[in-house]
Amino acid sequence: MSTATTTRRPEGGPDAQPRRRKLTPLRVLLHGFLIVVALVWLFPIAWAVLTSLRSYDYTAANGYVSFGGWTFDNYVTAWKTAEFGQHFLNSVYITVPAVLLTLFLASCVAFVIARFSWKLNIVLLGVFTAANLLPQQALLIPLFRLFTEVPLPEFMSDSELLYDSYWGLILINVAFQCGFCVFVLSNYMKALPRDLYEAAMVDGASIWRQYWQVTMPLCRPALAALATLEVTWIYNEFFWATVLMRTGDKFPVTSSLNNLRGEFFTDNNLVSAGSVLVAIPTLVIFFMLQRHFVRGLTLGASKG
Amino acid sequence: MSDLPLIQADRAVPPPASTTSTGGRRRRLRLLSRTDRVVITLMVLVPLLLVTGLVWLPAAATVLLSGTNWDGIGPINEIEFVGVRNYSDVVNIYPPFVPAIQHNLLWLAALFVVATPFGMFLAVLLDKELRGGRFYQTALYLPVVLSLALIGFVWQLLYSRDQGLINAVFGSSIDWYGDSSVNIWAVLIASGWRHVGYIMLLYLAGLKGVDPSLREAAAVDGASESRTFFRVVFPVLRPINIIVLVVTVIESLRAFDLVWVVNKGRNGLELISALVTQNVVGEASRIGFGSALATIMLIVSLVFITIYLATVMRENRE
Repeated sequence: MSTATTTRRPEGGPDAQPRRRKLTPLRVLLHGFLIVVALVWLFPIAWAVLTSLRSYDYTAANGYVSFGGWTFDNYVTAWKTAEFGQHFLNSVYITVPAVLLTLFLASCVAFVIARFSWKLNIVLLGVFTAANLLPQQALLIPLFRLFTEVPLPEFMSDSELLYDSYWGLILINVAFQCGFCVFVLSNYMKALPRDLYEAAMVDGASIWRQYWQVTMPLCRPALAALATLEVTWIYNEFFWATVLMRTGDKFPVTSSLNNLRGEFFTDNNLVSAGSVLVAIPTLVIFFMLQRHFVRGLTLGASKG
Repeated sequence: MSDLPLIQADRAVPPPASTTSTGGRRRRLRLLSRTDRVVITLMVLVPLLLVTGLVWLPAAATVLLSGTNWDGIGPINEIEFVGVRNYSDVVNIYPPFVPAIQHNLLWLAALFVVATPFGMFLAVLLDKELRGGRFYQTALYLPVVLSLALIGFVWQLLYSRDQGLINAVFGSSIDWYGDSSVNIWAVLIASGWRHVGYIMLLYLAGLKGVDPSLREAAAVDGASESRTFFRVVFPVLRPINIIVLVVTVIESLRAFDLVWVVNKGRNGLELISALVTQNVVGEASRIGFGSALATIMLIVSLVFITIYLATVMRENRE
């Protein structure tokens, strides 16, 4: 296949076979086009970073299309006025338990679906997967009412309700995200060899042990991919936090930005510093765990 | 495929399956100890209760409430059924409804006609294993990691009337987010920016799974590259195409975050999802009315969810 080009470093991993790689004019054109598209795609993010690093006074005097006024002050101011520390903590309080709980519950259901072949499996799978795809707003009215009716003890929620509490957001995120994880994990588990369970049965392993000590360790790649995705999604979740939270201090960081815009409204440099701060965790996760992120999305090839 | 023999056996059984399979199930269950049966029940029941209680029952309640005049405050036993009055009110005497439907359809059209084919086109280009392919890919799907709410803020830096880049460069003074005649297009560009990367990723995964011998056969037959794609590769991608179609429909139906951060879905940015939210958490708490709007969303999405499930389940069985 490729003869003249094998000296070049092959990209995309060992399984990627480099196809014809002659540098024809067409190829140059192709690269030119892709470079332009990539730069256009990166531009809004780059612009936000750039804006966040310039002082408001300088850009106000010289316009945004200028050079100079470099400063880190926007980050300092945004961090302080917006109480980002607290909001990041809120996001952690919601995201970490929600992701762990989602993966745990979803893997339980997925295990039963994959391990036993009952007619109900297809129904179960449908109930979970479809729930993930429903428009959240269509459930808002009864849920809003339900959350304002369910009491919680004061040590769990200072509103003494499910409404305006971390618990409520954790539960609703888990309920919504379970479907996607059940779908992906049950497919993954179905591909595990049957003999494994027969051997485990012969050894007298209980169902729980078959789940926890046989299946789960084998699912590590899928769990890692899902964890990466779910952290991003739940961290980014905006709608439920907006409608099921009332106290500004308790908002997770993604939805707190909306409240904070009021304080920032004339100062785009501050808005961009705030945006960059909010984006940093997901960007870090993305660049560190890119492989997992992409694999997770394509494992399910489906998320709405 | 390498499926469990039991499923095969089940499938061989003709449709009135519930009776035969319960027999089979009982036989299997008897092999398990009592503890195991309790464990299995809990493993399914706990998540099932959560999803039923927080997703499916509320969905059903929305449909029921859409037929009532409940204001959300009065006692539940005083609710009156008013039939389809809420629906006729939504259609006839609610000014934002028609624009919202139009905007939702526009959203769908923009994602489907522009963003999706562009994403697919980029996936085809990137599937060629180009030098620097990783860089192009990463740049394109970077927006997918950001939340839509955040994307609204990032684009504001370009769109803002006094401090935005676009007006600064072109010397214009358009309020891209505020002017009701242009703001829907402005948010659509921001939304498409994210959608392209996502679609590109889905197709790239799909293309990697296409059997290379198909292309080689086409090449041997002397088919051109575009002909190979449309006649050979594209039909093989059918499941991905359906998934992308459904994802796009559902995305455009669920679109919310972006318009909510811009202006809470008013003044040119009406969407069904935003209207539902306004009717519940806004100053006017019109439960029956809002539920009718929500039910419309629910029904449309269920149609596409069914198509989606039928596709993926068929895929899984093959």
